[in-house]
Amino acid sequence: MEKFTTLRAVAAPLPMVNIDTDKIIPKQFLKTIARTGLAKGLFYEMRFDEKGQPKDGFVLDQPAYRHAQILIAGENFGCGSSREHAPWALLDAGIRCIVSTSFADIFYNNCFKNGILPIVLPKEQVDMLMDDAQRGANAVLTVDLEKQEITGPDGGTIQFDLDPYRKHCLLNGLDDIALTLEKADKIDAYEARQQQAEPWLAG
Amino acid sequence: MSAPRTLFDKIWDSHVVSRQDDGTCLIYIDRHLVHEVTSPQAFEGLRLSGRKPRRPDAALAVADHNVPTTDRSRGIDDEESRIQVETLAKNCADFGIPYYDVDDVRQGIVHIIGPEQGFTLPGMTIVCGDSHTSTHGAFGALAFGIGTSEVEHVLATQTLIQKPAKNMRITVEGQAPLGVTAKDLILAIIAKLGTAGGTGHVVEYAGEAIRALSMEGRMTVCNMSIEAGARAGLIAPDQTTFDYVMGRPLAPKAGQWESALAYWKTLPSDPGATYDTEVTLNAAEIEPQVTWGTSPEDVAPISGRVPDPASARDEGKRAAMQRSLEYMDLNAGMAVQDIKVDKVFIGSCTNGRIEDLRQVATLAKGRKVAPGVHAMIVPGSGLVKNQAEEEGLDKIFIEAGFDWREPGCSMCLAMNADKLQPGERCASTSNRNFEGRQGRGGRTHLVSPGMAAAAAIAGHLADVRDLG
Ligand code: SF4
Repeated sequence: MEKFTTLRAVAAPLPMVNIDTDKIIPKQFLKTIARTGLAKGLFYEMRFDEKGQPKDGFVLDQPAYRHAQILIAGENFGCGSSREHAPWALLDAGIRCIVSTSFADIFYNNCFKNGILPIVLPKEQVDMLMDDAQRGANAVLTVDLEKQEITGPDGGTIQFDLDPYRKHCLLNGLDDIALTLEKADKIDAYEARQQQAEPWLAG
Repeated sequence: MSAPRTLFDKIWDSHVVSRQDDGTCLIYIDRHLVHEVTSPQAFEGLRLSGRKPRRPDAALAVADHNVPTTDRSRGIDDEESRIQVETLAKNCADFGIPYYDVDDVRQGIVHIIGPEQGFTLPGMTIVCGDSHTSTHGAFGALAFGIGTSEVEHVLATQTLIQKPAKNMRITVEGQAPLGVTAKDLILAIIAKLGTAGGTGHVVEYAGEAIRALSMEGRMTVCNMSIEAGARAGLIAPDQTTFDYVMGRPLAPKAGQWESALAYWKTLPSDPGATYDTEVTLNAAEIEPQVTWGTSPEDVAPISGRVPDPASARDEGKRAAMQRSLEYMDLNAGMAVQDIKVDKVFIGSCTNGRIEDLRQVATLAKGRKVAPGVHAMIVPGSGLVKNQAEEEGLDKIFIEAGFDWREPGCSMCLAMNADKLQPGERCASTSNRNFEGRQGRGGRTHLVSPGMAAAAAIAGHLADVRDLG
């Protein structure tokens, strides 16, 4: 997993509530057995018509936002399914950070497994960043994970909260599985206890 | 004496492998269900890192999302779907994971087959790369959906890194009126809570109306917990649960059954246990429900009208409602019963079980699907299909003009060939009415199986209670 330290990038506004995982990446792109190449399906139905022709005007297709790496979105972003294809598609399109007033639990969790930083902020601050993001190519934000701070185009800063464990893993690009396997003795001990207490669970 | 604990607290506490100072825990996972869409990259990850599944015997795999629901003897036409299903079969063979082949009678939707086989038991932790894993909470098991990275984590370590959720109790008091089913209860709950109302919580459903439900009905309720944003849904195990589990192929056998039962009986929340959030509904006030919009919280009673965006609580919600009405091609204020349907879909992990099919058969008997309506019934598993056929339900369906099909996810998410055409409108017993969910441009109204049957017969959304 790629580390996340600081990110200086254009932020794109997506002022819709309940952007669900079917909107982020529709089902026809879930048939892949790879993790990459999913950018082509990102927000597909908002970007392309029924014949696959590009529609005008979707924010990430406007010249000013083509290189956006941050999304500012409405509440309950990522609701719906557990498909990790959603963060994979975002990552494949270069998005590393999403700001909203709230995220659905599974999506939120999936972001951290892929080096994407989801930031939860109160509504007034999201509204402010949404205004900043409307400024096209000038909508450049700096996200500093170590300091837990977003700096706006005018130099104003916003602090955000984050779970220390998740922060640590993201800053260092740590692989969860390797960390867990260091506790193999504890897992062994648990299994031994369980076999005694609940023998019917042995598969 | 220790402090009173909730059902969730008890399952959580008994699965902690280790705890960090900040409250993050490593929890043990008892059972892992696997399907073809969210697993290929996890198996690939194992291969790349040279890891093996820690407990292949604790997993069970099946292909459901991509499988055709018509005659399967010709295989799968769509190449990408076929590759995904073949990849699952190969991964299971390579890694020693039990797998129900597409031709196996036990094949079906992953959340239907777990309970059916006795793979799902009270007190367990159960995960699957699928948000509707919450279904299994109906047994008093902590069951939740995970992403593919976590699927790999569970395969490699049989654990997950988690923080405890908050406790919510939703009490549905009183008795549900005739014609009001588990599906109507959960739609009413989501309408009250909103799609993000359960975020960060595990919901325990309680109260007389929940207790009165069969296991099938309880699964319907827990299935849609995720539509209220909750991580998982739970119902305390009781005699209904034990009767359902007993004798299932993977359930504890005689000799172990008694000790399992004794343990399961300790699981219900202690008197005096407290919840972070409490919500109460009165079942007597609930009518058959339908959704009118593109979010599962967009719910109206069948006697109601399509709401006006002007009534929305804030600007964001107003814009969403406006967009929903345009997408659904509906006008504010119109009577819900005037909404005509082109298709009806009966099936999915929400409502694809035998009891759901029996309900439909009762209504379909001696009646006909309205001209111009295509109504498909997709059983949740091969065993559900067999049982329905043994009971003669298939004959009733076919006689009434329903399309009786092979088991799978089908038009719940339209990854296989079953999908709505742009502009088509469907009464569906599934769980999501998102834009494009059942096919690009398709319009979905979520309803109970009885209400779906009523819509098929009337040709428009209709009150099941009028069919008598
Ligand atoms: S039936 Fe629908 S909701 Fe259930 S697992 Fe299949 S696609 Fe998901």
